[in-house]
Amino acid sequence: MTPMDFLLLTKGPLFSVAIAIFALGILIRLAEILTLGRAKNYAAARGNEVIPGLKTVYRRFNPDPGTFKRSPFDVIVGTLWHVGFVVALLLFIPHVELIKSTLGIGWPGLPNPVVDAVTAITLLGLIAALIHRLTQPVKRFLSTKEDYLIWAVTFLPVLTGYLAYHRLINPYPLALGLHILSAEVFLIVLPFTKLTHIFTAFVARYYNGAIFGRKGIQS
Amino acid sequence: MTQGANSFSLTRGLNAWREEIDAPVASFFSSCVHCGLCAQACPFYVETGDPKYTPIHKLEPMRLLWEQEYTLWGKLKKAVKDRIDAQLGRQPRPLITDEMLEEWEPLLYDSCTMCGRCSMVCPVGNDIHYMIRKAREGMVASGHAPEGLIAASVRAVKTGSPMGLQWKTLEVQIKHVETATDLEVPIDKAGADYLVLLSSMEIINFPEYLEAITKIFDHAGVSWTLSRDCFEATNAGVQIGSKDIGAQLVQRVVDAAEQLGVKNVISPECGHAYTGIRWEGPNMIKRAYPFKVFHIIEVLDQLRAEGRIQTEGKEMDRLSMHDPCNLARKSGVVKQQRSLMDLVAGDFVDLEEHGEYQWCCGAGGGVSSNERAEELKLAAFKRKKAQIEEVEPERMVTMCATCRTQLEEGLEEFNMDIPVVGLTEMIADHLVEKEESEKP
Repeated sequence: MTPMDFLLLTKGPLFSVAIAIFALGILIRLAEILTLGRAKNYAAARGNEVIPGLKTVYRRFNPDPGTFKRSPFDVIVGTLWHVGFVVALLLFIPHVELIKSTLGIGWPGLPNPVVDAVTAITLLGLIAALIHRLTQPVKRFLSTKEDYLIWAVTFLPVLTGYLAYHRLINPYPLALGLHILSAEVFLIVLPFTKLTHIFTAFVARYYNGAIFGRKGIQS
Repeated sequence: MTQGANSFSLTRGLNAWREEIDAPVASFFSSCVHCGLCAQACPFYVETGDPKYTPIHKLEPMRLLWEQEYTLWGKLKKAVKDRIDAQLGRQPRPLITDEMLEEWEPLLYDSCTMCGRCSMVCPVGNDIHYMIRKAREGMVASGHAPEGLIAASVRAVKTGSPMGLQWKTLEVQIKHVETATDLEVPIDKAGADYLVLLSSMEIINFPEYLEAITKIFDHAGVSWTLSRDCFEATNAGVQIGSKDIGAQLVQRVVDAAEQLGVKNVISPECGHAYTGIRWEGPNMIKRAYPFKVFHIIEVLDQLRAEGRIQTEGKEMDRLSMHDPCNLARKSGVVKQQRSLMDLVAGDFVDLEEHGEYQWCCGAGGGVSSNERAEELKLAAFKRKKAQIEEVEPERMVTMCATCRTQLEEGLEEFNMDIPVVGLTEMIADHLVEKEESEKP
């Protein structure tokens, strides 16, 4: 198989397979959660559920001051690489074009040097997060093989993207093929691991906000 | 707590969990990325530094059940494992064992007050204390609840009080209050506006409370009554985590309220009694109440807002306040106690993290009824102590008998000379005396 064959494979059939597994997988995961439902609540409500629920979805992007004070590293590094990952994913011009050709919707991207810098920061952030996971006692205690697996699966698309952009792997079709392949692995793994938090965290935050909101507290 | 240990089994425990797993629980377990930030929100972790006290870790057995039975991936993994076991002709290893639950019992009971602080900080939005409450259902059903809580539950079901306190004890106190105040303590007055409940701990440790509300309600002209059939507000079922016991106990309150035809029920200065009756009760008996439920602080603040409480003079020493988790974070009562403090406190300073972000005293959620948890209870108190040291108050004010006892004992343990007072009593101390002519 030539590098070009490899690239065509990753861009063609593998991409379709990955997208299908990802989309179906996520739908199943969300259905598994939502169909469980909630028991009827007979207690007289003090507050609304929907508005506090939606507010909590937003508010958990900004930690409370106490958490920031006690865990500044988690907050700063965590926010940095999450934002970096999303920026690189959604605002890199070739990605925008891919999305446009797949879904038919597009938006303006960021200049390449900006995305490049963001990617570098994201890589550093992810490495720092891994070191933290290996050394901070609570994280180390909680971490399972899955946590390290999803770290790797998240790290590789960013790394291969960076290497391909800087032509650090040659020939280029191989570099690009590896990048696409790693993105496909990410998509396939996503519905079966805690990477689902990308979607379910919004559901979780909503429920949290709604449960507290009913009692008159904005959580 | 019906037929002794034989009626509990692992199967029953797992079934209880199956009943408890709902959409929020599934969304929470799906979202946890093991970031560990919940540990930083938990006084038991913060003060011991032991990672096993990380809140989300306390739910690991229930999470295993969820993963295996409520996710496609988990079901697939189980099918493959079963296949392999069958091929090799060996018994499948059980996912959750009694030994495992025994190991988790101290995590779910001794080192968690269900204060809910972790639920406020989790970045993915997991309401962890919501799940701990549910997890305890399975612990009770499988026979893995702490002895102290089992004993309290048995006493509550048998005698009506978790401390085994009887009406005649309360009656003596009522007589005492009547003599001291020259006022009547109304008993079984049908059609009163408010049915007042008490907690055994209050009756024993803080008799000032009953005297205080007797004075305040007379002052404000509130129509109220006690019920001979049901004076106990606390609910051991809520603490141990048994909806069956909880429902039995709450039904007594509902029966008494309905029999007397009261419009409102007042929960005393006790945290879990309030959340038990206010939020859990209707769901445990599976119907809405024909009356409203208030914490005494809500009622006092309402009276204040209506101008029915006239006070004179202020406390001039430096006061700070401990918000009970059940009242503030878990029930949305945060402003009321502060408006009341404004009435009577001349030098009030809030703890830095207060209201919905307050730190638990370390004794709630059944920890104080669980002798095995003594050491952890004191360890967790150190967070509160640190908060108190920051603002250096001369006295602390609170509105929960468990918090108050914990603060008193904890402060004494660390040789800190800071008395603790109940807010209701403090208000009662400042009521404007009635003119002689107004007295009945």
